[in-house]
Amino acid sequence: MSKQLLKEFNEEDKKAITSSGMDDTESTRSASFLQADDKIHFSHALSKGVEILAIEDAVSKYSEVSDYYGRAFKTLNKDFPTDTKGGYFIRVKKGHKIDLPIQSCLFLKDSGFKQQVHNIVIIEEDADVHLITGCSASHSAKEAYHLGISEFFIDKRASLNFTMIHSWKEDVAVKPMSVALVQEGGSFVSNYICLKPVKEITMYPTAVLEGENSRASFNSLLLTHPGSFQDIGSRVIFKAKNSSAEIVARAVSLGGKAIARGHFKAEAADIKAHLECRGLIISDKGVIHAIPELETEFRDVEMSHEAAIGKISREEIEYLCSRGFSHDQAQSIIIRGFMDIGILALPDMLKKEIKDLEEKTLEGSF
Amino acid sequence: MGYAKSAEVREMLKIKELTIGIGDKDIVRDINLSLKKAEIMVLFGPNGSGKSTLIKAILGFSGYDIKKGSIEFNSKNLNNLSIDKRVALGIGIMYQHPPKIRGVRLRQLAEFLSSDKERIAHLAEELSLESHLDREINMGFSGGEMKRAELFQILLQCPSLIFLDEPESGVDIENISIMGKALNEYLKESRAQALIITHTGYILDYVDVSTSSVMIDGHISCSGHPRKIFKAIQEHGYDKCRECKCLSNF
Repeated sequence: MSKQLLKEFNEEDKKAITSSGMDDTESTRSASFLQADDKIHFSHALSKGVEILAIEDAVSKYSEVSDYYGRAFKTLNKDFPTDTKGGYFIRVKKGHKIDLPIQSCLFLKDSGFKQQVHNIVIIEEDADVHLITGCSASHSAKEAYHLGISEFFIDKRASLNFTMIHSWKEDVAVKPMSVALVQEGGSFVSNYICLKPVKEITMYPTAVLEGENSRASFNSLLLTHPGSFQDIGSRVIFKAKNSSAEIVARAVSLGGKAIARGHFKAEAADIKAHLECRGLIISDKGVIHAIPELETEFRDVEMSHEAAIGKISREEIEYLCSRGFSHDQAQSIIIRGFMDIGILALPDMLKKEIKDLEEKTLEGSF
Repeated sequence: MGYAKSAEVREMLKIKELTIGIGDKDIVRDINLSLKKAEIMVLFGPNGSGKSTLIKAILGFSGYDIKKGSIEFNSKNLNNLSIDKRVALGIGIMYQHPPKIRGVRLRQLAEFLSSDKERIAHLAEELSLESHLDREINMGFSGGEMKRAELFQILLQCPSLIFLDEPESGVDIENISIMGKALNEYLKESRAQALIITHTGYILDYVDVSTSSVMIDGHISCSGHPRKIFKAIQEHGYDKCRECKCLSNF
């Protein structure tokens, strides 16, 4: 019989957890971590070169971890809450290329619970890994709250492909805060997917490209349900030359309010950056506010942005109708196409999984 | 035999005294037009004469108001049906300028139109579209590729009435021949009827067209043998059509 990581959860919670990307059998993963409210349920690695443990355990086990704690925020002179409990520590050792993704899940279970975690991810020199992390809430977690602080340290020539799936519900408020520091030749890719209702999300993850030839890429798919408020941005600060970044966002409002921010700040020359934000408003009550910002003190930079917001084109709907689709089918195909996971920089092994997950989540949404 | 014969001459598409307006302006005025089983008609006419408007109104696209008259297909009145309901009766359209749709792949539409995967693969090969199947529809397609993708969908849909709006525009000579042959083969086998809008007349070399009409300022000004009419238009231009009720008799 295959492994069942989630056997201690009831069916409903299992469904909520797997809907944010956790593989219950663990057969396609190299390590797993799960924290429900403030309780760590499991934390283990199956691959050589990967360490995964609760943050408190990491701090007591390794003296160097406290050097990392808060360092990414200090780089930006930014405060962060320190009254956290739990969170994961992940380290991929120098030179290790990990084939299968590491998975983690932060789950809200009890009504009114305020989950506040601090995560630290260290990818050492020349290491390469995919991390898929899900955040979701149990049906029982009424009016719950999640604050997730994450610090990513990507060393020289290392690569982190980070995919985060938010699968919340309409009465949950969420505030992720994250900063990634990327060294010379390093790469940080962040894919963010949020398709379920949520009360409120505010986040502005930031990547700081500290080393030459480093790169960052933020790709987001947002579906804003009626009553949801999502203020979601991505920021890249360029501190070294020849670094590059890309921000791509797709936002569809079914009636809620979405603010899609993007900010590039060039503090070095010879950088390249492009930002693309597209929004689709389905309902009259929907609001999308795209705020792209480009900022530089240098001449030798190439930064651009394009933003476009509109409703579904009648021409596209009628084109599909002329192939035999009903109006509603046509609309659904266009929205699904607009939210194509192709805009994400997913590793091949996760593409089908994420596509199926998206299909399942979108079913009946519009 | 007698039954078969009466089916042959039955008018499948029947347009009676049709006036179509866009906003306050009448674009097509009071026209009568019909197509019998297996009949293939070419509709000539200068830009802005109302040819595309006529097709779009028959399909039921929004913004094209039927102010007067009726459109019947297979004895069913289409006037108040939605586009997909009309299409379900066996009507297909090949667009002149199809839209690009982000994230929607040609294969998705192909698999909706036909459950026969072998046929999809075979037809994609015939129309050199194998590498386009997994691309977003019409995104970055050349003019010719778009037209081939349009024809591809039509042939998978197997309609019994096809509208082709400038099927050869933007297509190079080599591809016109591939497309023309595929289209002609389908029309012959299915005994479908077709209405083809053309400027260049190239399509006449590949498709066995049975009749033609000229549309000027929203009216059908002339009908007759396609080759004769096309020749007259080439020699005299459409201006003559305004003066003359039937150029093909020249």
